[in-house]
Amino acid sequence: MAGLRLEGIRPKVLEPVDLELAASELVFVAGPSGSGKSLLLRAVADLDPHEGEAWIDGVPRSAMAAPEWRRRIGLLPADSHWWADRVGEHFPLEIPGVAGKDLDAAGLLSRLGFGPDVLEWSVSRLSTGERQRLAFARLLSIGPEVLLLDEATANLDPGNRDRVETLVQDYRRTRNAAVLWVSHDPEQRRRLDGRCLVIREGRLEPES
Amino acid sequence: MSLIELRTWDLGLAAGLVLLLAIMSWRLHLGVERRVLIAAARSTVQLVLLGLVLKVLFELESLPWIGALALFMLVAAGWEVMARQKRRYRGLWGMGIGTLSMFLSSFSVTLLALLVIIRVEPWYQPQYLIPLLGLMLGNTMNGIAIALDNLTRHAWEGRGRIEARLLLGADWSTAIAEIRRDSLRSGLIPIVNAMGAAGIVSLPGIMTGQILAGSPPMEAAKYQLLIMFLISAGTGLGSVAAVWIGSRRLFDERHRLRLDRLR
Repeated sequence: MAGLRLEGIRPKVLEPVDLELAASELVFVAGPSGSGKSLLLRAVADLDPHEGEAWIDGVPRSAMAAPEWRRRIGLLPADSHWWADRVGEHFPLEIPGVAGKDLDAAGLLSRLGFGPDVLEWSVSRLSTGERQRLAFARLLSIGPEVLLLDEATANLDPGNRDRVETLVQDYRRTRNAAVLWVSHDPEQRRRLDGRCLVIREGRLEPES
Repeated sequence: MSLIELRTWDLGLAAGLVLLLAIMSWRLHLGVERRVLIAAARSTVQLVLLGLVLKVLFELESLPWIGALALFMLVAAGWEVMARQKRRYRGLWGMGIGTLSMFLSSFSVTLLALLVIIRVEPWYQPQYLIPLLGLMLGNTMNGIAIALDNLTRHAWEGRGRIEARLLLGADWSTAIAEIRRDSLRSGLIPIVNAMGAAGIVSLPGIMTGQILAGSPPMEAAKYQLLIMFLISAGTGLGSVAAVWIGSRRLFDERHRLRLDRLR
């Protein structure tokens, strides 16, 4: 039951953005590179100083501590970064109760095409695509209520791209999570049937 | 055992060796002759001046003047810490973090030594206060400069990793914990190494000086030990303070990594 509302959110290169996503709604954002798509997601996640306010489920961002806000709106950046040697060290030890039965770490990993032994793998031997999928699993394992995806399938082969898309759709429906997805792929936007927005000259508008 | 006074001629002979080094650098195209000569000239002027100032201070024994000299030394050390940073904090923080940490550690440890350990009467007797404080400042300065430089450089390079942790709901302290630990460790390594090697690899400076000045070796060794322990404590305390203030300053109240506060 988590919708997302933005009011006057203003990353550096954009006009103030007002946007409302209902619970379980899927919204795509497109636009040329450098137009500020990633900056918009970073601003919603409160990673850069900016003006504006955001609400999750009607609760304003300013009313909660930043770490809690970031746990609730999960941002998946385009590049994944890893701070420890083994994959498993990046996953929470105990999956929070909100994750539910269908979202235990092992289940998540197998739906993304990994066996449970992936947690023992060394991060340095992961391919770009593996990193991207594991970063997604890492994000879902903390059970965010909203998803902000930045080119979540950019480096994936069609099989793995489908896995990620299916998982996003399931997560959205079972958890009623709103999803804001930056995607360059017009096919993907058509296939998944979400509302499409585009950034033109610093303004976020409906795609015509 | 008594102090053999050096004549100007003796010092001139030693200076001649430095000149020889400069000529060698020039002949071999090492390119450091200018720096060698400038450094030698600087140390000559600075030490002679210090000698003169201390001579006057020792005779005066006036607390305000001693305080002024201590403050001057502190500011100079703070400047030096800032000059050694690749990525400095903008604004007053650039000098403030190092200076404040050195103030907290060097001054408190020096006071402890004067009041409780050596029990000098009066406690600000410059013959003890100034050299002790100088030693403390010089050494904590090294530790703090290394620790702070490590902290800001690694935070700069590790932005992606730090923000990845923030995005998964970590607070700022967790997100930078590893970098902070590594920076502290690197700040403490020089003094730990110096303690380990003392007396085997090198005859430490203070002991050497005291023996040359005619003290019995055991007394010199005790003073050396005292100073080393004080220096380690001061360096540790100072580095912890600098890294804590520095890492806090890298984040704002919304737990954002603010690299724009560096330059």
